[in-house]
Amino acid sequence: MVAAARSFDEVLLEVRRISLAFGGVKALTDISFDIRKGEIRAIIGPNGAGKTSMLNVINGFYHPQEGEIVFKGETRKAMRPHKAAKQGIARTFQNVALFKGMSTLDNIMTGRLLKMRSNVVLQALYWGPNEREEIRHRAFCEQIIDFLEIQAIRKTPVGKLPYGLQKRVELARALAMEPELLLLDEPMAGMNVEEKEDMSRFILDVNEHFGTTIALIEHDMGVVMDLSDRVVVLDYGRKLADGTPDEVRANQEVIDAYLGVAH
Amino acid sequence: MAPESKAGTALDTFPKLLLHHLRERPDRPAMREKDLGIWQTWTWREAAGQIRAYACGLAALGLKRGERMAIIGDNRPRLYWSFCAIQCLGAVPVPLYQDSVAGEMAFVLDHAEVRFAIAEDQEQVDKLLEIGERVPSLEVVVFDDDRGMRNYDQPFLHSYEAVLELGRKFDAENPGFFEAEIAKGQGSDVSIFAYTSGTTGNPKGVVLTYDNVLISARNGAAFEGLTEKEEMLAYLPMAWVGDHIFSYAQSYVCGFCVSCPESGATVMQDLRELGPSYFFAPPRIFENILTTVMVRMEDASALKRRIFKFFMKHAEKCGVRILNGEAVGLGDRLLYWLGELLVYGPLKNTLGFSRIRLAYTAGEAIGPDIFDFYRSIGVNLKQLYGSTEASVFITIHPDGEIFADTVGKPVDQVEIRIADSGEVLFRSPGVFLEYYKNPEATAEAKDPEGWMHTGDAGIIDERGHLKIIDRAKDVGHLKSGTLFPPKYIENKLKFFPNIKEAVAFGHERDHVCAFVNIDLSAMASWAERNNVAYGSYQELSQDPRVAEIVRGHVEQANRDLARDPKLGGAQIHRFLILNKELDPDDGELTRTRKVRRRIIAERYAPLIEALYSDRDSVHIELEVSFEDGRKGRIQGDLKIIDAETYPVAGDERQAAA
Repeated sequence: MVAAARSFDEVLLEVRRISLAFGGVKALTDISFDIRKGEIRAIIGPNGAGKTSMLNVINGFYHPQEGEIVFKGETRKAMRPHKAAKQGIARTFQNVALFKGMSTLDNIMTGRLLKMRSNVVLQALYWGPNEREEIRHRAFCEQIIDFLEIQAIRKTPVGKLPYGLQKRVELARALAMEPELLLLDEPMAGMNVEEKEDMSRFILDVNEHFGTTIALIEHDMGVVMDLSDRVVVLDYGRKLADGTPDEVRANQEVIDAYLGVAH
Repeated sequence: MAPESKAGTALDTFPKLLLHHLRERPDRPAMREKDLGIWQTWTWREAAGQIRAYACGLAALGLKRGERMAIIGDNRPRLYWSFCAIQCLGAVPVPLYQDSVAGEMAFVLDHAEVRFAIAEDQEQVDKLLEIGERVPSLEVVVFDDDRGMRNYDQPFLHSYEAVLELGRKFDAENPGFFEAEIAKGQGSDVSIFAYTSGTTGNPKGVVLTYDNVLISARNGAAFEGLTEKEEMLAYLPMAWVGDHIFSYAQSYVCGFCVSCPESGATVMQDLRELGPSYFFAPPRIFENILTTVMVRMEDASALKRRIFKFFMKHAEKCGVRILNGEAVGLGDRLLYWLGELLVYGPLKNTLGFSRIRLAYTAGEAIGPDIFDFYRSIGVNLKQLYGSTEASVFITIHPDGEIFADTVGKPVDQVEIRIADSGEVLFRSPGVFLEYYKNPEATAEAKDPEGWMHTGDAGIIDERGHLKIIDRAKDVGHLKSGTLFPPKYIENKLKFFPNIKEAVAFGHERDHVCAFVNIDLSAMASWAERNNVAYGSYQELSQDPRVAEIVRGHVEQANRDLARDPKLGGAQIHRFLILNKELDPDDGELTRTRKVRRRIIAERYAPLIEALYSDRDSVHIELEVSFEDGRKGRIQGDLKIIDAETYPVAGDERQAAA
């Protein structure tokens, strides 16, 4: 039961006139848009449009040559990954990036590392305040496990899990960071219809329950149009359109470049 | 055990039993649930506190004596407490299958004129909202889990916590209300509406009284000597009467603790952590567990595999006899003990069966190999025969008299009788009151003397055990008058892993003949091991070596049948192996893989005719449907094979006399 049109005022993150090039290849050219607090923002576009590069710029993995990023009111030339993480930006990857030999639970616990105060030695001792700290973090992770309904694979090594579940574990790990902004790079790639439905429900639930702002890249237009509050369309590193799903769907340029025409 | 002695016969309802446990064992565990990875426990005192507030809250919302309240969801402590809270007020709980679609749900809710409902979560609430218009009686919905419920602002929706809050206030304002309401209840009151799953037509609402449920539960508990120390995992649907008896009624009768799994997907893990002492599962689950074990053993190292095989062979030889308390030689006992240490013990531990004192299976016939496997490693698995209309218990295997082919002897206070038609009748304190709003069906099922018609055909063997052989309407007779139960014979064949399907013929014929389908995966693996080359299912099915194997199975089945004086005449004289698998796409099986006798008899009429002639082969030409909907034709010559039959046990005795 999602309210029909939600409106958001407070800007959480804004990218201004971002340009990124690798040598002579221009990945992004003069891109500006904002992400408002509490919304689900989709980034779409054909292959090679620069969607993943955009996410990498936002969480500081790439440093753009031009432009600036405003996050929570603070303006800077480029983000740095560890700073982005500390300030509340979490992400998942197009190709799942988990610790394959570790259990689901351990993988999710790594999402809590930034929140832990005791160091490796104290953690190994597992005594007194360190024990209490670990229990507190474990309790938080258990809530996420419950939320994403992955209790049955809590102790299973991640490498043994099917792809759809690995994606869910990756989402769980990102949520363990208690992010303000969650970047999802193709959360539904390679999934079947049922898995996609499950994932869509989890994304909506996360947004509603934790109030997390979400920016996602996705190719399944049905999913994008259903989930997102606003959509930005990229093509060859340029911004084609920006607006609500309905506006974007009606935009002729977008239809020509990406959506195509129903025959 | 049955706590009757102390308070006399006054403990005749669940709420009264609750107060009894609150006095007698307030600090013993009553309910457990794994939540956020940790087992949470509620003692009888805590459970009673929840139920009290909950019942008062429902009263404050207007639930009245005699009204119905639906319970929809997975096994959760709060839903089990719902039973008791509803019953405290003299209202009637109506549990629904949580996976039923909205349409089915609407029928039951409307039929039972449900006014209140408790739904486990958003998914169930959505279903109720969807069908709300079709169920005009439904007024109040309580939900357990508030996840995703933030935007639901309908005034008739109440969270469980809010109801409890309301109840505490109501309780403080109306002291004595709760106790007075409980005191009004008595054994002859209606306790529950248990809807049958309704495979044929609409579900029927089986009305059971407290006496039905509680006396049956007590008799069952007394039969097995259950105590307050049992551990039970509640994982089967709450709407199924079996779960109601095992996880609710017997828990209240004996005072033992019932545990709820973390989720449907974690049952096997939770089973292992919990180690229940009392366990129920349908044959399908025991079969799946066994298959998993065997598959995993195939992946184990060679040494482990050999140890496993060696000790499983030994268990096969004497495990069942040891469990039955029969005399077994010292050497065998010592070896079995070593096996327990090395194989059986660790295996049971992995499966969560280490502490099982008593396990039941029911619902379908279980393969004797599967049944004996569990018994041979020391799991006290028994068969049980029961029905919703009987408040479950009709017959159980008594200790020391366990036979894979029977369902045991009648429980205390249950009488059974075989009607002239071969149908099993029973009479017991558990026999239901009526089908709700369906007097015709009630009269059809229950005759004026109280005998209940089960619809199953059975026989009572010389040991006094009941054998269920088929649905009564499917049982026929040979020309000689001998009983001909097709499914019983087919099951005997299907229990062989090499045989996938079988169809027996014999009604109003001279003798029994059969079609057999081989199991491709089992036979293919045999073919690989024995260097048998084949190009297709058709070719493999007609290989003479395959025919030899199947003939061995048929003759083994005949030997089994011969042992039974009543069924010995129904041995299989001739059979053929079909060169095509019976398939639901061709209408030969139902979607749940039950044989459609009429259609097969029409489609394969020439084959049946040939079986009853003296020809030794028959030509077949058939249209078949492929999975993608295309049609094709297959043809070939099928060999008709004669099987040896054996002298019937009873006849020998007669001859000797």
